[in-house]
Amino acid sequence: MKGTELTGGEPGRPEEIRAVPVRRPGRWLAAFVVLVVSASLVRFAVTDPDVGWHYVGEYLFDPRVIHGVIDCVYLTVAAMLTGVILGVILAVMALSPNPILKSASWIYIFFFRGTPLLVQIVLWYNIAALFPGHVIAIGIPFGPALVHPDANKLITVFVAAWLALGFNEGAYMAEIVRAGIISVDEGQSEAAGSLGMTRVQIMRHIVLPQALRVILPPTGNEAISMLKNSSLASVIGFAEIYYETSAIYAQNFQTVPLLIVASIWYLVLTSVAYVGQYFLERKAGQGFSRAQRATMWERWFALSAGGDGRFGPGGFDYRGWYRR
Amino acid sequence: MSDVMVRAEGVYKRFGRNEVLKGINLTVNRGEVMCLLGPSGSGKSTFLRCINHLEKINCGRLSVDGELVGYREANGKLYELHERVVASTRQQVGMVFQQFNLFSHKTAIENVMLAPINVRKHDRDAARQKATELLTRVGLADKLDAYPVALSGGQQQRVAIARALAMDPKLMLFDEPTSALDPELVGDVLDVMRDLARSGMTMIVVTHEIGFAREVADTVVFMDAGVVVEAGPPEQVLGAPTHERTQAFLSKVL
Repeated sequence: MKGTELTGGEPGRPEEIRAVPVRRPGRWLAAFVVLVVSASLVRFAVTDPDVGWHYVGEYLFDPRVIHGVIDCVYLTVAAMLTGVILGVILAVMALSPNPILKSASWIYIFFFRGTPLLVQIVLWYNIAALFPGHVIAIGIPFGPALVHPDANKLITVFVAAWLALGFNEGAYMAEIVRAGIISVDEGQSEAAGSLGMTRVQIMRHIVLPQALRVILPPTGNEAISMLKNSSLASVIGFAEIYYETSAIYAQNFQTVPLLIVASIWYLVLTSVAYVGQYFLERKAGQGFSRAQRATMWERWFALSAGGDGRFGPGGFDYRGWYRR
Repeated sequence: MSDVMVRAEGVYKRFGRNEVLKGINLTVNRGEVMCLLGPSGSGKSTFLRCINHLEKINCGRLSVDGELVGYREANGKLYELHERVVASTRQQVGMVFQQFNLFSHKTAIENVMLAPINVRKHDRDAARQKATELLTRVGLADKLDAYPVALSGGQQQRVAIARALAMDPKLMLFDEPTSALDPELVGDVLDVMRDLARSGMTMIVVTHEIGFAREVADTVVFMDAGVVVEAGPPEQVLGAPTHERTQAFLSKVL
């Protein structure tokens, strides 16, 4: 017999193993408990008259609620963009050899990460109080002022919420971006440097694009947090989803149905953010996995089927591909 | 134009308290292929990195093509060069690393095109054409659009050589280019380097491939503990080493 006869249908090959699986009563019991609890929750939610589903249907597309949804998206996008830009600047500062830039970045992060977001929002809203006669002087530092806008007109509710959320986000994004930059192998910068690229070119063409792979997943997380945290802006009267729905239930006392309306909209927005994150991550992961990338549905299927996320003979590990 | 490409005079380099180079004196002529041999930690790679100013030297003078590396001398004083000036002198010195260091978010051809486009400001089509030629020359015409992860070590190293050549360097530095490769892939990379040497490129190669050094090098330099122990044509240094340290090393390697 030749040594090459290893594949398919050779006479001496033993039959495939079809063993009786081990019985696992614990699993059946756990599944049963979970099913009973969920069924009773669903029954309660559907049949309890106080939940008031018809109110949910009635107010889900109420113009005021829709207006809140749009404002929530505006605020989130504006604050997130500000946060990302600030985060990149602060991360580059933190990694700079200049001690002044380094400490400035550290102090910024210390302050904005160490105080509650809610306090920061209210603080920005009242920032006009800091300026005599509510007039801000913008001009040369320690020199003459060039413009004198009225602080109360400049800091609207939206601006206050945007600044508070954006500046706060900058501190978190700085840490995320810094971790991403550090994760890129030093050999990449050396190779780029040996080709005659300057530090700025290396950062832009080599380090940041590769850091993106590490930066994106936690940034998606931040964006989803931001969608929800934007509801805090309701305390200064910014008309986002929660503000609008609570204004409605203050009049008709249908508190629970309107909170369900708000929750549904938050879930819709976070789902959209999730899909966006998925495609961005796939783009940034280019060149980091040998295996063909799984589609979103395959990934969802693998997660919900309790698999380890590996596909086919090549193997695809959804948890590890962006960290490698 | 002088014939000397690299001149090192009394080059010292230390990391903290650890002195790695202890007075290196060397000259490499235009068109010469020099192989640096020696045990690990003898300072070969550090010396190579100093030539590209990836490391700053502590004492001595190091010049490439008549220009000091990283400094400007005037009125008996040394002035550090601006990062941009250092970058522009590095354009003329190609470097190949042990770990390849291909840009992993770029395909093979993008790796080769990146510096000509962004540093030399060549237009995209010209850069692509040149990159295709170079990758064909190193035997990778069918791998233009492959990402580094999809390439074997030997293929990655050949892309890295093409990437360095795309800047038309006047000097090529090889830092143990085959040490991270499977034995059967070493040959392809050495073939490319052999061709390059024949084309008249000035090359400094840190290597453990004694056979390659014997065949291709004009000069073989044996380094140990931060000094040059022995230097000369391969038949002399490899064939009839005079220094006891060289003999001991070669008897283990051959």
